[in-house]
Parts: sequence; C-alpha cells; structure tokens
Amino acid sequence: MDSAAAALLGMGIAAAGFGGAAIGIGYIFGKMIEATARQPAAEAKVAKYMWIGFALVEAIALYGLVIAFIIMGMRG
Amino acid sequence: MENPLHHFELHPLIPLSLFGIDISINKAIVMMWIACGLVFLFFYVATQGRSLVPRRIQSMAEMAVEFLRALVLENMGPAGRKFFPFIATLFFFVLFANLLGLIPGAYTVTSQVIVTGFLAVLVYGISLVVGFALHGFHFLSILAPAGTPGWLMPLMVPIEIISQLARPVTLAVRLFANMTAGHIILIVLFSLMLTAPVYIGWMPFGFTVAIYGLELFVAFIQAYIFTILATVYLGDAIKLH
Repeated sequence: MDSAAAALLGMGIAAAGFGGAAIGIGYIFGKMIEATARQPAAEAKVAKYMWIGFALVEAIALYGLVIAFIIMGMRG
Repeated sequence: MENPLHHFELHPLIPLSLFGIDISINKAIVMMWIACGLVFLFFYVATQGRSLVPRRIQSMAEMAVEFLRALVLENMGPAGRKFFPFIATLFFFVLFANLLGLIPGAYTVTSQVIVTGFLAVLVYGISLVVGFALHGFHFLSILAPAGTPGWLMPLMVPIEIISQLARPVTLAVRLFANMTAGHIILIVLFSLMLTAPVYIGWMPFGFTVAIYGLELFVAFIQAYIFTILATVYLGDAIKLH
C-alpha cells in the first residue's frame, strides 16, 4: 500500500472517532429525559449541566478531526 | 467542488514587518479589531442613559454581566471578584469572535489555533502566577490530590502533571476544532446544494439552514465553556482544593 492511500485511510479512521461521541451524546440526552421524567421540577438545573456535557462530548469527537488535519498536513 | 479548507487560509492585506518579524495586517486581525470595537460599542450604547427600569439593550448587558458574576462567584469564591474583568473580557471577545464568523464573507478568528492557543496559555499562565503568588511553593501540592497515601505518590504525581499540561491544550483545541468543524460542515453542505440539480438541491440547503442554527448555538455554548473552564482553572489555583 502506498503512503498516499495509507494517509487517506488514517484520516478516515480518525473520523470514526465520531462514533464514540455519538454514543456519549445519546447517553446525555437519554439521561436528561430520564431525570426530567423522574423529577420535572429539576429540569432547568439539569438542562444547564446537559448542555455543558453536550459541548464537552462534542469537542472530544472533534479531536479526531484535528488528528485528521495533522495527517493531512504531514501528507504535504 | 472547492477545497473546503480554502476559506481558512490567511493572506496579508497590508504587508508589514517590524525588526524582521512579520506583523502583516490580514483578515483575522481586522476581524479581531471589529470584534473588540463591537464589544466596546455594545456596552457604550447599553450604558447610555441608564435607568432603573432598563431598556432592552441595557437589560441584555445587565443579564450577561450578572450571569458572568454568578459564574465567577460560584467557581472562584469571593476571592475571584478581582478576576471578574478578565473573565468578562475573555467571554465577550470569544463570543463576538464566534458570532462575527457566522456572517457570510466574514472570517472566524477563533478558527485559528494560534488565537485560541494564546488565550488558553494566557489563562493557564495567569492561574500558575496566581497560585504561586498566593500559596508559594505550597502550590505544588496541586500535583498531589488530598488524602493520597505516600506509596501512591510516584504514580499520582506524573498523572497529575500530565493532566495539568493537558489543560491549556484541550482548552485551545476545543474552541478551535468546534469553530473549524462547524464552518467546514457549512461549506460542504452549501457546495452540495450548488452542485446538485434543483429538485434535490433543496435538501442540503435545508440542512445548511438547520446546521447554521446549531452553529449559532455552538458559538454561545463554546464561549460559555471556555469561560467556565477558565474560572475553574483559576479557582483551582486560588482555592487549592
């Protein structure tokens, strides 16, 4: 396999990290719904932490994008 | 299709150099000036003719400032009051830079890792200076969580050093990657619409509008996350567990 193909494959594999973030975001929203169903009065408080958690998880997915950029830069 | 990364490239508008250092004026610098000017203008207009019953713009500014003050007090305690101007400046600069980038044709300053990296290193550097100034060499106990048994120290200290060093890196990369990825998604979807025939092109166009809404939200939430993490890091240095 030549190195150009390997770099493209590496970038694709780095993008696959989004799967983990998808699971994480699903968890966050699922748990939020569960918590609100149990204790509707706490919704505003829980929502604040939900959005923070959402942004943190989304950012972790984007670290994969950064790795893809690094590979693209090394490819020249 | 046009290269989606093309629009992140910077070219000097006015080439300048000072003692061999390249200080050319480019799009990003102009956008930073505009962001600073808009923050100044916003607060200037908001504080003109203050009244007990606030007008719309005054109440917007008051809400934002009170929200930030609550954030600072919650994470840094009363000793954090001194840092409120710094935290508020950070928040409004990042927020306006993020929002200005969403105007078509404008440039997102925060999609340059050098800008976010400098802000993150500044926050982390201030937290180190404050920590050493307040606690002296006792500040190094931040590397050993309270109640760690002595035989675990050789393991815990390197882990804590790594987690400390990761702080500025993740702070910078989080903001940069969020902004860059959001704009790449917008470009890719929009070029899909331009290249597709009309009877199918409305689908990516609809997505572009929806993602644009998400990006507006992300601009706010990333400024918020950046600020809240800055207060947490400074609060760690002030309170020392």
